[in-house]
Amino acid sequence: MIAEIPMEHGLLIAAVLFCLGLLGLLVRRNLIIMLISVEIMLNAAGLAFIVAGAHWGQPDGQVMFIFILTMAAAEVAVGLAVILQFYWKHHSLDADLASTMKG
Amino acid sequence: MTVAFYITAAIALLTTMRVVTHTNAVHALLYFVISLLSVALMFYLIGAPFVAALEVIIYAGAIMVLFLFVIMMLNVGEEHARQERDWLSRRFWAGPGVLCAALLAITAWVIIETAHPSVGHEVVGARDVGASLFGPYLIAVQLAALLLLGGLVGASHLRRHDRRTPLRTDGGKGGES
Repeated sequence: MIAEIPMEHGLLIAAVLFCLGLLGLLVRRNLIIMLISVEIMLNAAGLAFIVAGAHWGQPDGQVMFIFILTMAAAEVAVGLAVILQFYWKHHSLDADLASTMKG
Repeated sequence: MTVAFYITAAIALLTTMRVVTHTNAVHALLYFVISLLSVALMFYLIGAPFVAALEVIIYAGAIMVLFLFVIMMLNVGEEHARQERDWLSRRFWAGPGVLCAALLAITAWVIIETAHPSVGHEVVGARDVGASLFGPYLIAVQLAALLLLGGLVGASHLRRHDRRTPLRTDGGKGGES
């Protein structure tokens, strides 16, 4: 139950996912979807690590993915807390409203 | 099994595209859950079953449920969806789309020019990952624990609701607070 694929296909899928996340981060103005786009980019980076680790048959790529997972969890916790504060202040999720905050 | 890999890759790409273009935040989040599940299946197929399980349990389970709770707590209504549709016009997509396409083209060119070996010869299971995690990467594990503690303290500090109306009603002088 194991699929043998060329390495560049896995890396290309990771690159496309990363660029989709970057596009979402640049285009969208909804703060929650911007945070989801950051998660897409982190997940794509993890996929690249797993593909590279599977090539050499070593567990290091999976270890790096576990660290990415940890960082994503911490980032989501803090980011969602900031978004909640922002929503209570402005009653909107428009990222452009953040430019009105002073200090 | 190679066919299954490409099918799940196609599902991941399509659902991720829907995440980026959808106006309703809850629907976008559910599409992202499908994308995460298909990426987990890709992990399993190239020989990383432990990480596939972690992706389903932590990413698609815990982190996405956190997102879902926050979206439902904010209770974003229909007028926000209309506003989102206004923001998703073509002139906002043109510039970033061209830039991202150029970046993707360069990255794809580099990948195709350099990498040619194949992946997925053997399964690297939880035993190897654990031995590596608590062997050479022990310091990094402790730093990750510190990072999670920082995230916990930061989140619990930031989420306090700052009340605009003062709690004291005795004119601001005297009394015990």
